[in-house]
Amino acid sequence: MAETALSVDRLPDVAARADAPRHAALVRVTHWLTTACFLALLVSGLEIVVSHPRFYWGETGNVLTPPLFSLPIPASRATVPTGYGFVLPDQNGWSRALHFQAAWVLVFTGALYVIWGAVSGHFRKHLLPEAGDRSLQALSRALARHLRFARPAAADAWSYNLVQRLTYIVVIFVLFPLVIWTGLAMSPAFVSAVPATVTLLGGRQSARTLHFLLTVALVSFLLVHVAMVWFAGFSTRVTAMITGAPAPERGSE
Amino acid sequence: MSAVSRRTMITRGLAAAAGLSGLAAAERIADRYGLVPPDHGGIYGPGATLTFAAQRLLTRNSRAREFSRSQISTPPFANEIAPPSDQFKRLQADGFKDWRLEVEGLVAQPASLSLDEVRRFPARRQITEIACEEGWSYVAEWIGTPLADLLRAAGVMPQARYVVYFSIEKPWWESIDMADALHPQTLVAYAMNDADLPPSFGGPLRLRVPRQLGYKSVKFVNRLAVTDSLKRFGKGLGSASPEGGYAWYAGI
Repeated sequence: MAETALSVDRLPDVAARADAPRHAALVRVTHWLTTACFLALLVSGLEIVVSHPRFYWGETGNVLTPPLFSLPIPASRATVPTGYGFVLPDQNGWSRALHFQAAWVLVFTGALYVIWGAVSGHFRKHLLPEAGDRSLQALSRALARHLRFARPAAADAWSYNLVQRLTYIVVIFVLFPLVIWTGLAMSPAFVSAVPATVTLLGGRQSARTLHFLLTVALVSFLLVHVAMVWFAGFSTRVTAMITGAPAPERGSE
Repeated sequence: MSAVSRRTMITRGLAAAAGLSGLAAAERIADRYGLVPPDHGGIYGPGATLTFAAQRLLTRNSRAREFSRSQISTPPFANEIAPPSDQFKRLQADGFKDWRLEVEGLVAQPASLSLDEVRRFPARRQITEIACEEGWSYVAEWIGTPLADLLRAAGVMPQARYVVYFSIEKPWWESIDMADALHPQTLVAYAMNDADLPPSFGGPLRLRVPRQLGYKSVKFVNRLAVTDSLKRFGKGLGSASPEGGYAWYAGI
């Protein structure tokens, strides 16, 4: 009798775990919204860069100023000396409109995710390194595993490993806030209200250059992220991020 | 379908309906307070409207950054302009003595001002940065008559909502709302870095709107029209920029 009661008691618990999504619905929705926004921002941002593929440091910069660096690409403006004998078509109109609209969606999505992540304990449970992992030894062990391209541990299908957690923390709490900040620093209206947005960065052209370099960092993350998902099992991981379907049972991998 | 999920669906439906009617009410209020840009239609309208509304609320009285004399860019960069029209060349040959700035629309006294008459107002000098939507920028000192002073002298009527300004070089025209038009840093500039504004920089008269990107600082300005509606101008989108795919509001 006691045994039966016990197993009946445990039933909902077991069922709940089997049904538990690998990723919470809010994580899945905000993940793909962010993906869509990021791709829209990337394409439109590159189109805008093509109109002046030169980067400067400080407050001002133009074709009469020596650049910090230039991209070796043709430009969509005849005023920019690129060494190419032709000028690309101007795509800035729709690019700018898409860029700022996607930025708004990204900011709302990010705000929703960050508030939910803080309130639900998602950051504490899933992003903050686990208690046993908060040491340099743990980090070097985890990095060594990654650099050897070791097969992911079975537990990785259920939770993020240390390197993942640290990478996601940097992307979510450092790179995205900085790319938004440097973007706002280029708004003449916004900086008229909050001048420190641009003065702290050393000027408008520094903000633009940092905005570009942060984009390079985010694209690098995206490439490694997709490569790691591929390595870990593309369809299982992508399905988990779309439907929330739990990974195959523990130990079966 | 369980009762719970049906209840969830009804709740969501109600939330969506409330959200939509909330949006409609928000749009009416926003329009009343001048927070909806004239080019708010189309797929990119929501983003353009959010940007304009948010920045208008945040920046109504804020000042564009001003710089020290040592930060003036030497030499400044003169962006490419179309070859001047015959009309412009004739005026230039005469030292622009026949240049006129027409002030018309919702004003008590429409005026047709010569350059000397524009210069007779108290001058404002300011060292600000002009930033092009392409990404480049420079700092210069601009000297001119605050647009607000010209408008006050003409007697702007209370129903005025926008000032439309036209370049002699068609089809270049723009408009700004009264918050920007009456802003102390919005200039009808006639000089730059201690010399008359060169034609390569928009002389003899150029509007300077330092809280927006360079394309709002129209060159060769010869007409200002005060209006309560932008529907009668061009395609009704507020300026030539949206007709060419660019946003009317360029505070970004």
